[in-house]
Amino acid sequence: MPQPHRPPTLSVFGSLVLIAIVIGGGAAAFGYTAGWFSPQRLTPNKLVDAFTPPGGQPPLGHRRNHAKGICFTGIFEANGAGSALSHAAVFARGQYPALGRFNLGTADPNAPDATVRVRGMGLRISTPDGQEWRAAMINAPVFPVSTPQAFYELLLASASKDPNAMKAFAGAHPEIAAFGAWATKGPWTGSYAEERFNSLDSFIFTDNSGVEHAVRWSLLPAAQVVPVSPDDLAKRGPDFLEQEIAERVRGGPIHWTMVVTVANPGDPTADPSRAWPEDRRAVNVGTLTVQQIQPERDGPCRDINFDPTVLPSGIRTSDDPFPPARSSAYAKSYDLRTAEAKYYPRTATDAKP
Amino acid sequence: MIGGRQRFNPLQRLLHWLMAICILAMLFIGVGMVSTIMPKYLTLVSIHKPLGIAILVLALVRLAVRVRYGAPSLPVDLPEPMKLAAYLSHYALYALMIGMPLIGWAMLSAAEYPVVLFAGVHLPQILPQSDSLHTLLWDAHFYLAFAFFALVLLHIAAALFHALVRRDGVFEAMASVSIHEDVAPAE
Repeated sequence: MPQPHRPPTLSVFGSLVLIAIVIGGGAAAFGYTAGWFSPQRLTPNKLVDAFTPPGGQPPLGHRRNHAKGICFTGIFEANGAGSALSHAAVFARGQYPALGRFNLGTADPNAPDATVRVRGMGLRISTPDGQEWRAAMINAPVFPVSTPQAFYELLLASASKDPNAMKAFAGAHPEIAAFGAWATKGPWTGSYAEERFNSLDSFIFTDNSGVEHAVRWSLLPAAQVVPVSPDDLAKRGPDFLEQEIAERVRGGPIHWTMVVTVANPGDPTADPSRAWPEDRRAVNVGTLTVQQIQPERDGPCRDINFDPTVLPSGIRTSDDPFPPARSSAYAKSYDLRTAEAKYYPRTATDAKP
Repeated sequence: MIGGRQRFNPLQRLLHWLMAICILAMLFIGVGMVSTIMPKYLTLVSIHKPLGIAILVLALVRLAVRVRYGAPSLPVDLPEPMKLAAYLSHYALYALMIGMPLIGWAMLSAAEYPVVLFAGVHLPQILPQSDSLHTLLWDAHFYLAFAFFALVLLHIAAALFHALVRRDGVFEAMASVSIHEDVAPAE
């Protein structure tokens, strides 16, 4: 291809330099994307590591948070009312298998039940079209903080040896007051069956006509709520919640009503530390029935990551920054605990080596 | 190998450059998504899975095209070690293009995650849940990604070496945009 003005060709040395620049630049861009030059970036590893206090031993083989739990299986029976909000198959009138895990918000799989304020429920509902709805809910009415970064700082502050760390944190994050009021003044109960479990995070439901609705949801216990003082709970055994729920379900299935709350325009969807006003439209979409309890050790919930971003078509994440952060951290926790499976006491005979 | 041809045919060149973009994007998305908890994490994951399957499909098509049409011969004066490096690195690239998506798919299956490509469209599980398989596959996916990127860099370095230093036509065999096959250089 003769050209009238062929550009001067590079010398061999110049060519090698150019190649080195291209390759070095490519490698540097890759390293930058991986975060190697951004030590301040909040990575899933940093967030997950923060659950273990400095110098502490992580709960090898267990979830890094909500480490103590017990499995259940049951049924979600949709009454069809949810179909007005979302075209997800799970809201069409019918019964769908449910698998879940009652758990405690602690990084210690052996924590005495009475010492943990936050109780949670992981839930997976499967529909015949092969789709799944996974959720991880807790009994607090609001989340302690507004952003994942603030949550990371909260973990650091609560593990800090500085006696003023928490006070300084609360000063910088006044939104924690609502959670604090619940933690200190809210009722304690003696049973998982009496807890209300809340999504806290906002999600977007899409209905059959393509209209989107910002929602949060809660599971309301059918069981009578009997407040018990923390002092009385402390007198019970370290695993009283697990024993109680197993015994209760042996006596018959237990139920929760699933209520979907629809935001008004302007309600905060990106901030789970802020409750929506009480008068928002609430739709009863069905009933969760827990039929069987299984110890986590060999139970069906053990190997499930209750990642709240595993959603069926008809439900998607909103501008709430927590579900992505939770998904990322839960995956890291899952990767760690599956790699540490030998430390997990799978069966009585197959304990630690 | 079909001798005498000076360039890859237009379909091969199209597949090469399309996949080059996909694979580079894939590697950067992968290494970026595992380093962040920001909302872009979900966006990146939601691209990573369907793009990986797209690369798998394209790689299988490309392998079939390569078997059918072969490749231009390497220059006869290319030193043997470089020829060997060329053959081995291309086998490795094909293995990774096909293997990495399969490992990723198997890894998600072994963790009992639904393998969602688009809203409502998911792939079947190709493995049962298994902690040990998940760990093995996760490690393989992670470390092979870095090996893949290193190989891509090596491939680019070699291509530029052919283009700028040896000027032996190897680079032009893939880089040419001409749709005419095997035209004489003096055209």
